[in-house]
Amino acid sequence: MESVNRFGPELILLAMAGLIILADVAILTVGERVTRAKRISTVVLALAGVAASLVWSALLIAFDEEGEAFSGMMTVDKFALFFNFLFAGIAAMVILASVDFLRRSRFQAEYFALVLTSTAGMMLLASTIDLIAIFVALELQAISLYVLVAFLKDGRSSEAALKYLLLGAISTAVTLYGMAYLFGLSGSTSLSDIADFVAQADSDTRSALVLATVFLTAGLGFKMAVVPFQMWVPDVYEGAPTPVTAYLSVASKAAGFAVVMRVFVVGLGDGFISSEWSTMFAVIAAISMSLGNLTALVQSNIKRMLAYSSIAQAGTFLIGLAAVAAADPQLLLGTSSVIFFLGTYAFTNLGAFIAVIAISSKIGSDDIADYSGIARRAPLLALGLTLCLISLTGIPPAAGFVAKVYVFNAAVRADLVWLAIVGVLNSVVSAYYYLRVVLHMYTGEPTSEERIQPGPYLGLAMTVAVVGLLVVGVFPNPLLEASEAAVRVFG
Amino acid sequence: MLSFIVFFPLAGVAAIALLPRQQESWAKWIAAAVAAVVLASALVVFAAYDRDTGGYQFIDRHVWLQSDISRFTLRYALGVDGLSLPMVVLTAFLSLVAVLISWRIELRPKEYYSWLLVLETSLLGVFSALDLVLFFLFWEIELIPMYFLISIWGSGNRIYSAWKYVLYTLFGSSFMLVGILVLGFTAGTFDIRELGQIGEIRGAIIPVQAIFFLILIAFAIKLPVVPFHTWLPDAHTDAPTAVSVILAGVLLKMGGYGILRLSFSIMPDVARDASVWLAAFATVSILYGALVTLMQTDLKRLIAYSSVSHMGYVLLGASALGTVGLTGASMQMFTHGLITGMLFVLVGMVYDRAHTRQIGDLSGLAHRMPFIATMMVVAGLAALGLPSLAGFVSEVTVFLGTFGHHELLTILGVIGIVLSAGYILWTIQRVFWGEPNPRWGELTDATAWWERGPLLAMSLVILLVGLYPAVMIDLFETGVAPIAERLA
Repeated sequence: MESVNRFGPELILLAMAGLIILADVAILTVGERVTRAKRISTVVLALAGVAASLVWSALLIAFDEEGEAFSGMMTVDKFALFFNFLFAGIAAMVILASVDFLRRSRFQAEYFALVLTSTAGMMLLASTIDLIAIFVALELQAISLYVLVAFLKDGRSSEAALKYLLLGAISTAVTLYGMAYLFGLSGSTSLSDIADFVAQADSDTRSALVLATVFLTAGLGFKMAVVPFQMWVPDVYEGAPTPVTAYLSVASKAAGFAVVMRVFVVGLGDGFISSEWSTMFAVIAAISMSLGNLTALVQSNIKRMLAYSSIAQAGTFLIGLAAVAAADPQLLLGTSSVIFFLGTYAFTNLGAFIAVIAISSKIGSDDIADYSGIARRAPLLALGLTLCLISLTGIPPAAGFVAKVYVFNAAVRADLVWLAIVGVLNSVVSAYYYLRVVLHMYTGEPTSEERIQPGPYLGLAMTVAVVGLLVVGVFPNPLLEASEAAVRVFG
Repeated sequence: MLSFIVFFPLAGVAAIALLPRQQESWAKWIAAAVAAVVLASALVVFAAYDRDTGGYQFIDRHVWLQSDISRFTLRYALGVDGLSLPMVVLTAFLSLVAVLISWRIELRPKEYYSWLLVLETSLLGVFSALDLVLFFLFWEIELIPMYFLISIWGSGNRIYSAWKYVLYTLFGSSFMLVGILVLGFTAGTFDIRELGQIGEIRGAIIPVQAIFFLILIAFAIKLPVVPFHTWLPDAHTDAPTAVSVILAGVLLKMGGYGILRLSFSIMPDVARDASVWLAAFATVSILYGALVTLMQTDLKRLIAYSSVSHMGYVLLGASALGTVGLTGASMQMFTHGLITGMLFVLVGMVYDRAHTRQIGDLSGLAHRMPFIATMMVVAGLAALGLPSLAGFVSEVTVFLGTFGHHELLTILGVIGIVLSAGYILWTIQRVFWGEPNPRWGELTDATAWWERGPLLAMSLVILLVGLYPAVMIDLFETGVAPIAERLA
């Protein structure tokens, strides 16, 4: 029973997903005329599920219900709870952002149910401490996402989903291969047993462990969307429905980083191996940032631009991971900088995508050139998008600034000055393409005078994102304390 | 009190944002009122600052961000000393001037005045921040309003110039961020006051020289030092008049201020070693800037290049490392802000009327606009360093300070004065005297209160500081004395 209690936040999402489907079927049998009531009821049910999950997580904290569950398969600790809040918050925003887009769809219930199941998968992913459970959670969130990407069922969306599915399957296989190595060497699937084994590994097994690390990096690099495992990103981001893209870009990426931190910091945290993977992460970070930014420079489609920018941003997060091991293994600054960054990035990138949803659906185009003069047609939306882009660049007073300072600080303290310099130079490059959008919005001539008004759901989601990124930018301490508390589980 | 001064402009932004579209014209009144209140408060602080005690006063200090894991504390800390206080007053003064001389802006006035006020907040913040990261934060915020102001309300090749400005500045400041982080990590604090007192910095993960230059790049771009100056003529020329005033009057000083406050007082050992090189770069800036100025045909570009030359004196004075040189350098920042700000105002007025800035096209304007011409003569004479006007005081102090240290370079630097006398007198002569061109027969003089008021105020301050320099020099001396002590 204790296990079930700790599994509550995930469980309630899964239960609600089932309920939404059932309710949909039930209302269908009543009659077709109640579509409006049906639509609202599914939205309400989905949001209620997320809210209940949040409350449950909060109760777990309040009653100090931390510890392992399901005989050591998962653990509820501050780290897992941080991600529970993050994923539930993201899910709520994505649900709000999807309402307008689903207006004409018959499959609204299925859509929301899939969002909830994949959120449950991601929450689980952050709390599992066993290779088998990690694999199950990975698949749970991935399969839901494959379907969501294909949701539009047009050529682009189907192509994107197929690409995502195939590459995802390969990455899963590679991850599994790495896990098999770890299991074969250590004889256990539990991360803490693996950690004990790694600490005593002799020189023969060490090289095998490095190989396992490489496979795991390749497999999980797909989730984090870092170079050279980023091939799927632009096409999938462009083809998927925009709310799903937003979801992918923040939640799926965060889940990837969460599992990487669990596996690498807990399981493979020992000095000799961590110095190997930290160098690897440092190189991947540098390449991801540079390649992502340089490619983003030449994009004319805003969704593709944000796709490449997300690759570059993932590179920036990786700086934090590279900094984890380069210095003292006890140094928690690297991991805490990663999850602090993930928190700010959720507000920032969701805000950017929500603005894109609102604007693009009205002007019927994702071309950056068509954003010209938007500031006059939608002053608040344009201001909101500007703040998000400023935050992505890392310019104050937005949250992205604090995040960058914090992550570069981690790099400097881990003796990675070169990586910090690569990082800051990349933010100069990124300024060009982020601010170019701002320039179009504010100095271009509008193509029509018609005002663009986002609906109430989108408006609410946008407000939350923008207020969030400003509040975190000006008063960063609460989020910082939360992320530092979260990573203490590694200490 | 300082927090109020720094953030009150943002209250103005909020008020302007709430204005309904029909009442757009009130935006300028709000902006002017806010800027006036800020100036008045800054003057109160100026008067209340205890010069005998010296040091940082009016300190406002709170923990902003605390990381237990890395024992890394960022503070919200504001305070002024003899070096930053005059800069704060200058910023407040020129911001009010900028609002007034933009009185006729018709294009999107709400946004325009909002950005001007945001700019004011960020500049005041830079000069009063006492924490490295907070300093950097304000330093970066300034980019956004500048980007909008140049690219929307500018002229000519404004979008290109705005980009160039933003990318140059970001490039410099990205190095500065790394430098600041390494410095804070090594010294164990980001507090500028503490950093200004600690001994030699040891055990840094990169050599102290590297930190020094990482940080210096940002300031060298901002000041600007040749060869990092190429953004300046474009940005100055294409920016709207008010923004050129702020740019020349205040923004460039952020570079000089940063060199004194961060580079010199935190890393005095490296500064001593680098002093000859800094002086050499300064001399190159002075001479190169002056020579290029002589060749300009566009009035605004001419003033812009003259700034390159004049800011060279700031670096030259600083490179002397002594109290006199540092006082001269900071004094030069203050007077150059006033004088060049005034020149840009005047050029803007000429351009508004004649719609050309080509010196060759303008002639005999004094007949049509005697007031502007008189003011131009005052500002011009101050710029070339005529005794009894403000420019003289600062330039003489710079040369007095440097001669003992870098004899040859100082002598070369003095040639810059001769050249500047040349281009200023020659320009005034061509534009305002000479045959009255019938094409300009319809031009009117500056008559409105918002045109004459700022000009008269500026010329009065220039005269006052020229006749009674102690009012500023004493203050600067208390500010730079501790820095000079560390450099000695």
